[in-house]
Amino acid sequence: MVVMKMKFPFEKRVKLAQGLWVLSWFAAVAGAITFTLGCILKTELRKRAEVMDNTDVHVVPNTLMLVGLASLGINYFAGKICQDALDAGRFPRWKTFLKPYFATSCFFTVLMLLSVVMSYVMKGSLENSLKIGLRNGIRFYKDTDTPGRCFQKQNIDRLQMDFQCCGNTDHRDWFEVQWISNRYLDFSSKDVKDRIKSNVDGRYLLDGVPFSCCNPSSPRPCIQYQITNNSAHYNYDYQTEELNIYLRGCREALVHYYMGLMNTIGAGVLTGSVLVCLRYLQTAMEAVAGQENTEIETEGYLLEKGVKETIMEYVDPVRMYSHLTRLRP
Amino acid sequence: MAVGKVTFTKAEREKLAQLLWLLNWISVLTGVILFSLGLFLRVEIQKRQEVMSDQEILYVPHMLITTGLVACCINFLGGKICYECTDTSKFLRWKLVLLPYIVCTFFFTFCVLVGALMCYSIRNQLEESLFLGLRNAMRYYKDTDTPGRCFLKRTVDLLQMQFQCCGNAGYRDWFHVQWISNRYLDMTSSDVRDRLRSNVEGKYLMDGVPFSCCSTLSPRPCIQQQVTNNSAHYNYRHQTEQLNLWRRGCRQALLDHYTSIMRSIGLIVLLIWLFENVLRLGNPDCESDGWILENSLAETARSNFNIIKNLGKCYQVDDDPNINASPLSA
Repeated sequence: MVVMKMKFPFEKRVKLAQGLWVLSWFAAVAGAITFTLGCILKTELRKRAEVMDNTDVHVVPNTLMLVGLASLGINYFAGKICQDALDAGRFPRWKTFLKPYFATSCFFTVLMLLSVVMSYVMKGSLENSLKIGLRNGIRFYKDTDTPGRCFQKQNIDRLQMDFQCCGNTDHRDWFEVQWISNRYLDFSSKDVKDRIKSNVDGRYLLDGVPFSCCNPSSPRPCIQYQITNNSAHYNYDYQTEELNIYLRGCREALVHYYMGLMNTIGAGVLTGSVLVCLRYLQTAMEAVAGQENTEIETEGYLLEKGVKETIMEYVDPVRMYSHLTRLRP
Repeated sequence: MAVGKVTFTKAEREKLAQLLWLLNWISVLTGVILFSLGLFLRVEIQKRQEVMSDQEILYVPHMLITTGLVACCINFLGGKICYECTDTSKFLRWKLVLLPYIVCTFFFTFCVLVGALMCYSIRNQLEESLFLGLRNAMRYYKDTDTPGRCFLKRTVDLLQMQFQCCGNAGYRDWFHVQWISNRYLDMTSSDVRDRLRSNVEGKYLMDGVPFSCCSTLSPRPCIQQQVTNNSAHYNYRHQTEQLNLWRRGCRQALLDHYTSIMRSIGLIVLLIWLFENVLRLGNPDCESDGWILENSLAETARSNFNIIKNLGKCYQVDDDPNINASPLSA
């Protein structure tokens, strides 16, 4: 019982081989691009490691790099095989190589498709990790004298300027945190004492944001203190003012950025189609072997036996090997 | 009489042809490099054109671009000539072109050298241009409602943030310009009116700087208003506070940035110039092939002509010994 049989006259075989050669080179380039993207993603994730709580999300770029390299190798060999395919004299030397080749390629193609799915699944984990990381970053913003946290201020400022964002969810996160260190608060001032007394935890909270939240596109000089107080500034309305500070939260900005990088992985689909075409070519050429007239019409198929039997055929040697190694000691 | 006759076996000629082909492509590559360096410099200058008062500096990248293009053409042509001058039949085609081509090559090499030197000498003009450009940009910082100047605020802010600089020579330049637009000044407030009256030209000057001057390295939140007033802020001394604002002036920052780019480009162009000269000196075979062949070619031509003349004479009626032989004896 043969799976997906197709007839292949000589011209069709030639066309298949030629098309496959071009396709395999495109897929090899796509594999190289996937590897590069994996490297870029990993570098970018490491750059912002301080605002991420855990490194679970690193599994995506690691898989991408592995898959990119594998795809490069697979498609390179596919190109070489189909170059030799139409020559009945050169094709037989690939025969012993083809069975394990198909097994490994199928495995890596499945892995590639899995990584595409994984990058979407990881979005939730990334968002969570960023939420906790950013919350800590904002909380420790003022601790520029505490070892281990002294760079948080600089990191958060740079992050907000680079990604054009403010706070965790939005700029109001800064209203709930004391981001001015006690070293720079005049405790003899009445204003400071009132504020601290009015807060349950004794924190100095104000409706102001750090300067890194300021938007350069604003037509007026930046208003970063007393943001919600319309009367403190001339010709200012807090509800309608959109350009003064960045309105987007840094969590959203970072997730957007990383998902954009991860979405460029669709090229993995190419390798799947290369493998299907190659299988047809191989089976069609096998029928030609040994024939005097190489231009006859042959049949190509995907699987000689049914799906279940083919899987058993591949799994049995592995099972035998593991059985043997278990028996030895 | 053939002067300096050089005989080439077939294998040697092939090797020579291969070497010349390789050198030809390397030369074309250097032309492409020159072109791309010029293009890169032009893009960099274009990016900051709003803070440069005149665009005359553009002649440096333009010169590099044209030199690069001309280099590609010349080297490509030269390679073709060299390749074909081993083949005597094709060489005749190029004979007329060779002399002007050599003149062009010398002129082009001179241009490359001038281009490299210009990259080093541009500094003064650049400094002047940046000084005027930045002064104007700071003056029009507040004019976000005037068409043609509405993006200057954003440009200056992004510049100061990216290059980590403040003002023209330093942050004090902001104290001499009104950088807050009248639209956002409450003219009914006594404080504002006092300030305006105290200034001769009626400008609202203050000892404050825009937020983009704030340094990210400061351990404390940025102090941008009343910068010189120690009593306005707790635990603050204006003279000893180094990390609050960026200390470097933007003129210096931009000058350093462009000087380093142009120095690297100048160095690469000089290396290319040296390489080209070594190429011409170390490979005299090509031109000398020409002169060698020309002499022997003239010789060959003359001898060929003589042979042809004699050939004609050979078959003249009175010289042919077999002319009277009967067909029967053949």
